[in-house]
Formats: sequence, C-alpha cells, structure tokens
Amino acid sequence: MYDNPDGVMIGLEVHVQLNKLKTKVFCGCATDYHNDPPNSHVCPVCLGLPGSLPVINKKAVEAAIKIGLALNCKVEEHTQFYRKNYYYPDLPKGFQITQYDFPISSGGYVMIEGEDGELRVGITRAHMEEDPGRLVHEGTIDKSKYTLIDYNRSGMALIEIVSDPDMRSPKEARRYLDKLRNIIEYLDVFDGNLEGAMRVDANISIMGGQRAEIKNISSHKGAERALLYEIVRQKNVLRRGGVVVQETRHFDEAREITLSMRTKEEAHDYRYFPEPDLVPLKISGWAPAIKETLPELPDARRMRFVEQYGIMDDHAKALTSELKLAIFYEDVAKKAEPKIAAVWICDVLKGELNYRDLNIDSFKKEHMLSVLELLAGKKITEDGAVEIIRTLLDKGGSPEEIIREKGLVIVEGDIVETSALEAIRENQQAVADYRAGKEKALNSLVGAVMKKTKGGADARTVREVLVGKLG
Amino acid sequence: MWASINELKERIHAGSSEEIVAQYLDRIGKSKLNAFIHTVGESALSRAKEIDKNDIEGPLAGIPVAIKDNISTKGIQTTCASNILKGYIPPYDAHVIERLKEAGAVIIGKTNMDEFAMGTSTETSFYGATKNPWDLDRVPGGSSGGSAAAVAGGEAPLALGSDTGGSVRCPASFCGVVGLKPTYGVISRYGLIAYANSLEQIGPFATSVRDVVTLFDVIAGYDPRDSTSVDKEVNYSSALMNDVRGLNIGVPDEYFGEGTDEKVEKAVWDAIHTLEDLGATWKKVAMPHTKYALSAYYIIAMSEASSNLARFDGMRYGLRTEDQDWHTTFSQVRAAGFGDEVKRRILLGTYALSAGYHDKYYLKALKVRTLIKQDFERAFKDVDVLITPTMPYPAFRLGEKIDDPMSLYLADVDTVPINLAGVPSISIPCGFSDGLPIGMQIIGKHFDEATVLRTAYTFEENTDFHNKRPEGS
Repeated sequence: MYDNPDGVMIGLEVHVQLNKLKTKVFCGCATDYHNDPPNSHVCPVCLGLPGSLPVINKKAVEAAIKIGLALNCKVEEHTQFYRKNYYYPDLPKGFQITQYDFPISSGGYVMIEGEDGELRVGITRAHMEEDPGRLVHEGTIDKSKYTLIDYNRSGMALIEIVSDPDMRSPKEARRYLDKLRNIIEYLDVFDGNLEGAMRVDANISIMGGQRAEIKNISSHKGAERALLYEIVRQKNVLRRGGVVVQETRHFDEAREITLSMRTKEEAHDYRYFPEPDLVPLKISGWAPAIKETLPELPDARRMRFVEQYGIMDDHAKALTSELKLAIFYEDVAKKAEPKIAAVWICDVLKGELNYRDLNIDSFKKEHMLSVLELLAGKKITEDGAVEIIRTLLDKGGSPEEIIREKGLVIVEGDIVETSALEAIRENQQAVADYRAGKEKALNSLVGAVMKKTKGGADARTVREVLVGKLG
Repeated sequence: MWASINELKERIHAGSSEEIVAQYLDRIGKSKLNAFIHTVGESALSRAKEIDKNDIEGPLAGIPVAIKDNISTKGIQTTCASNILKGYIPPYDAHVIERLKEAGAVIIGKTNMDEFAMGTSTETSFYGATKNPWDLDRVPGGSSGGSAAAVAGGEAPLALGSDTGGSVRCPASFCGVVGLKPTYGVISRYGLIAYANSLEQIGPFATSVRDVVTLFDVIAGYDPRDSTSVDKEVNYSSALMNDVRGLNIGVPDEYFGEGTDEKVEKAVWDAIHTLEDLGATWKKVAMPHTKYALSAYYIIAMSEASSNLARFDGMRYGLRTEDQDWHTTFSQVRAAGFGDEVKRRILLGTYALSAGYHDKYYLKALKVRTLIKQDFERAFKDVDVLITPTMPYPAFRLGEKIDDPMSLYLADVDTVPINLAGVPSISIPCGFSDGLPIGMQIIGKHFDEATVLRTAYTFEENTDFHNKRPEGS
C-alpha cells in the first residue's frame, strides 16, 4: 500500500489536438500545415474576420465521442458550445469557442500502473474546443523585439480531457499521460509526434492545501519534472511556516522550475455564455454506432497478445504501448516464432531505436523477419543479429548485404571443432586452470576460438564444444 | 427617381443599366442626406456595362442596390460606421452579397448606420448622422438609417439593412418606406458583422412590398456556412395576393402603451379598420410580458456584443495605434476606435456576463426571452398576424435624444420583442403626422412571412401612403 507521505493530489488537464482530421473544427481549412509557411492555412473563419461564422466539423464531434467512449465516459444527450472570453494576440476573435455546461462526455476512467498496483484515474470530462494561433518570437521571448503570429494552428480541433485529482505522485501522472496518449493513438484521431499534439496543465496540492495549476507543459517528461519541482516548492513553503496559495504557474522547461503567473485574485473571469452562432447538438444517438467502430484498445490487445502468442506480460505491455509497435509485432509474429519475435523486438530493436531517438517507422518488418529467419536457421549468431540491426539503423542496406560485408555468416560445425582442438593445444595453461576449477579460464579459450573463426562462430556453441572436449 | 424594379427593368431594357446607375450615383453625389459612407461609382458602372453588354439576366439584372456598411463586401471597405474598422476591406462576400451578384444586382455603395448597429437614430456613426429625407432636421431612425434614407430619398431603389432590435423597421417607419425583418434563420448571417448574433437578421428595404419581396426572394435561403440558417426554400412572391378575407388580426394593447403618440395610435387603428373593411377581423390579444422585453433585450444584446466586439484589437485589420506591449496596444486601439455608445454597450454587456452578475442579469434575461416567446406562441393560437405601431412616435429631431441613452433605448419598445421571439415582422407606411411618415408593424408566426406579406401587400394595394415622396430632398 502506497501511503503518499506528502498527501500529494494531482489532477491533469490534457489538450489533445485532433491533427488527423482533414479539416479544422469550424472551417474547411486543411490541417496539414506543419511543413507549410505561416498563415497559409487560414480563412475568414479561423482568422476570426468580422462577419465570419463557425460551422461544426461533424468528424471532430465523432472523434470526440470516440475518445469519450475509449475513456469509459458517458456520452451526453446533447452538447453545446460556449464562448470563453479573454484577450490574447493569438486569439483572433477575442474569445475561444469551447464547452462549459453540456460537454460531449463525462464520468469516465483510465487504468494505470500506480505506485502500489493498478490505479483507477477518474475522467471528469472530455470536451471539445478550438486551438488558438501560435506566437513566434525571434530568439527568446524576453529578448525578441516583436512577436509574429501564425494562425495556421488557429481553429484546430482540441479535446480537453480533465482528470479527477486521483494521482499521488509525479510518476503516476506521467504514466497517466503515457496511457492517455497510447489510448488516443489507437483511435487514429491524433498523431502524438506532431508539434503541439499534446499539451498538459497540471493541478497539484499537498497536505490538503490549496492547489497550484502549472500551465501549458509540452511533454510528459516535462510534466513529471514540473510536478517534482512543485512538490519540493510547496513542501518548502510549509516547512517555513507559510501557506500555499491558489495560483497559476508557468513551467520553465529549460530551468525545470515553475514560476508564478497569477494568483486567485488576479484570475480571469472568462464570462462563459452559450455560443449563439452554433446550435446545440443532439448526440445521444451517435454513440452506439461510434462504439461499434472502436478499435481494440491497448489493455485488450495486451491481454490478447499474452493469450494468443504466449508471450510474457511485460513484453505484451511494451509492445502495445505504441500502436505502430503493436502492429509491427503482430505482422512479424504471424510469420515467425512469436515468443522469439517478442524478445527481439522488445529487448533489442526497441532499445536500439530508443538509443537513436527513432521510432518503429525506421525499421522494416521484412528486415526483422529476415533477421529472425537467419537466427532460426542458425545462419548468424545472436551477436551477428544485433550487429545487423544496428547497421540497418545506422547505414541502411539489407541483412544479406551486411552479412556479406561484415562476414557475419556462422561458420560450419567442423571448423568450430577444429578450432577448439587447436585452441586447447595452444593454451595448455588455460586448460590446466579450467580443469583445476577456474571456470573463468574457459573464457580465454572461447576467445581464442572466436578469434580463429573471425567471430563467425556462435559463442554459446563454442562454449559447449569446449566443455565437451575438456570434460 | 423613385422607380419600382419593374419600371427600372423597362428603362434598362429601353436604355441601359449604366444610365440608371449613373443617375443614382449623380443623385447621391448631390445629396444632403449623408446616407452613404462610401460609394463605389467606378465598379458599379463597370458592372452595369458588363450587364448591358452581355445581356446578363436575373431578377435584379442591372438594378442598383445599397448595402448597409456592416455587411461584408469583397474588395469594398466595410466599416460598421466605426473608426476602428477604418480601411478594412473584406476579402470575402457575405452570403447575401453573393446572392445579389448572382441575381445581377449592381452594388452602388455602403450606407451609413449607427456604429456597429448600436442605435436608433444613425447619430452614433463615426461618419456623422444621416438626415431624414422628409425633414433634414430629423433623424432617419436607426440603425439602418442610411439604407432607409437612401431608398426614401430616391438614392437607391433597393437597400439592405440589418435588424437586431428594430434596426430595419425603425428607419423604414421614420423614412416612410417598407422594411422587413424575416424570421430568425431565413437569411444567412454569413458576412454580417455581428452586433448580437442570436437576435439579428439582414432585411430588405424598398418603396413597396412587391419590391421588398423581390429582393427578399433573392437573398433568402439556406446557407451551410451559417449554422442557424434554416434549410427551406420558399418563393415569397407567390404570397402577394390582394386578399385578406378571413384573416384574423391580433391587436396587443401593450404596444399602444404610455408614450405612444396619439396620431400614431390613430393611424395604426385606421389601418386595422381598413383591413377590416377588406374582409379581415380583429381582436385584442394579451402579451403580458411585453413590459420586460426592453430590459431583456438590452442585456442579451449587450452581452453578446461585448464578446462579438472583442476581436477588434488592431492586430489583423482596421485601426492601429503606435505599437506598445500588447495590453497597451489593445487598450489604445479600442479607446481610439470605438465611439461612446459602443463603449457603453461593451461595458454593460461585460458587466452582465461577469461572475456574480451573470445569473442575475444574463440568465434572467434569457428566462424573460422564453416568456416573451410564449406570449407570441399563445397569441398566434388565435390570430394570424399581430398589428402594432412600429415606433411609438414619428422621427425625432437630430440631437434630441442622443445625450439621453435611456430615452433612445425606450424608443425600441415595440420592435425588440419581435427579435427576442425570432418571428417575422414588416414595417409599412400607414399615415402621416405633420408631414412625417408613420409606420405600422405587421408581425407573423415563425416562418409565416407569406401571411405577413399578403397582409402588407393588400393594405398597400388599397391605400396610397407608400406613393407619397418627400418633397425637396
């Protein structure tokens, strides 16, 4: 049982950008602006020009309902949009269209791995809103002489997912974020790798005190760091006999600290009221059909992998933690021994990818299959297989070419035998040591054989052969 | 210069649209009314030539139309009569402008109005007040005063206005022309610069019901770009029958209340009796929540306005003061760009939506709105149309009320309930008081423009008020 010594309570508000939709949430502008010049994906609506009117993108509502259902939420009877009024240069209308009463869905949960086993994190609500534009500064924000505004992002559909304050440590918060991203990626409505795809506001209190809200954290790691800092800060305030005040704080990613932005007294009054240009939507009828289209979600897939392929739960968990990885694995496992495929993909390939900061798109399934086939046929050694994977990632090519170039093909059994006999003859001291009980002496004999076979022999086989001959 | 669409079509057929357009432009150029903020002579004439040359057809082929300056016109400055939108040239056409162009209409200019349509007299315009063609010392009504004065003064045969709380009907009444506010949702608001979205509709002006309907048929209809636009196509011209036999008229006493001019009251009753003589019957109906309409209207309109006008910050278009940090620039642009009445309404609206006051004002106003709607629903169970004065009195003097906002707000007492309910209503001339026109308001059920128009048309066919023209203007 985790006793949560500092009485930490964390609730997260996560903004997920529906960047896989073809068009923005209230206009027909295309969402594939990421490689295009600033202000090239704009129209009167997302620029908020006088007289323009929003029209809801039905696909965005469907995606929002999908997310709600995947988070075990109740989809509301009808949903309505509101205006959140505040001034900011990136907000072209002077208000943001969002939801207030009658969000699309509410009352769900997500299961995560907590400090002491499974933890159920409640989902207060998941609602839709529009993304503002983006401010661009030359150099740093405090040194820049001017601010440029790019409205390409303006009007992108966002889903804000508000959790209950159920997390008790920064680690749990990070796991929740990972899980959330994982689930939503499975729904094929969002690509988490695009810039600004997922942004986090974190609420945290300790010892039942007032909460601080840390705004606009752009990574999961950042959220964990910000929360760790915040716990230390709040504890220090208490230790000095102070009181933690309710306030909004900013996370400085570079310095990994949080800074006060405004206190409760300075809080905005957003003057919410129903958006008169959008009519309420009756969505209760939409949910059943959308539920039918829900794909298998990470937890279900993880259990199926264990059952269907007989792999370890740890492997199944790692493989399903990313949709693309799960698909990769499953395609490979259909044509190779699933357990061995799981080991190689999780323990080797994933590690090599992470080391290079690459994702699974950088490695071809066919190459994984060849490597596994070569291993199964004892054509290459395990070390050789690792070498092939590394070379494929660093230089490209094909496994066959790499084997040829690097001479990685496994040598025939009789050459191992011959080399072993030679090694025994040439290293009498080591043989004597081994026979005297120094197990380690065997290593130098193995090394000698490997040298003779130019690394082409399988070290385990060599060891077996030597032990047989010396036994 | 006061020609009907049919007369103009004959003249275009015999001569050219170019001549017609040139005549109107010439008259505008010599006018003392200040009905236009901006004319577009060159583009109007070249469009007219194009129509002449290519024999372009359409219900309004070659006919000049004046547009209220809060309706977006591609390539033509659109200011809402505000300094803050000085130099703003929309890159797109409002839905109604697209429809007009398809129908062959020639846009001749943008008409004056109360700044952001906030007013009842067209005196809050940054470009100075418009004058009433019947008496140059009097207001034309508002907020679409420029459009009404242009039509009444023979400076345009047709014009578009917008009506949030009476802004088409009030100036129609004061200027002695016909002005229609359709059912909410019948005309797309796409491109209409919002004052209060949930209340307003674009509306046509002309000197006769027939011409209003021709223009209405062109601009009405479904537009997917406006989520509140209603998906039904109707041909309103077919409603123009000179026949009110069997029509049940409701007369709500609440609209003839304190402050209503005796001559106005008499003119409207005379009109009701005229319709009675033509075969209609009338009865009194009770609309008990009318007395709360004005307060509810102003709270809702100002609340919505406070949000709608937030976008005018100088960042993307319009007035820009010297650059400072963004807080300061926003404040300076808005301080310099908005007039007093606009500022007043933004402040009051902001207040009404604020935490702690939201429920007391905004929410309560919405409840009143529901009650007002129910008043209409109840009344329309028994009657087909309601007839009331449009304005409690004829046009007042320039400067007479402008320093007393409350008395100006009170002038809207008979028009705002219609916007709260979202029902259709027309103002047509029904008499004169000391040489000033009096307007009567005919109100119908949701989407029953046909009955409203038939009643108006029948009255017009059997009376002569709409044929009177202001002398010397």
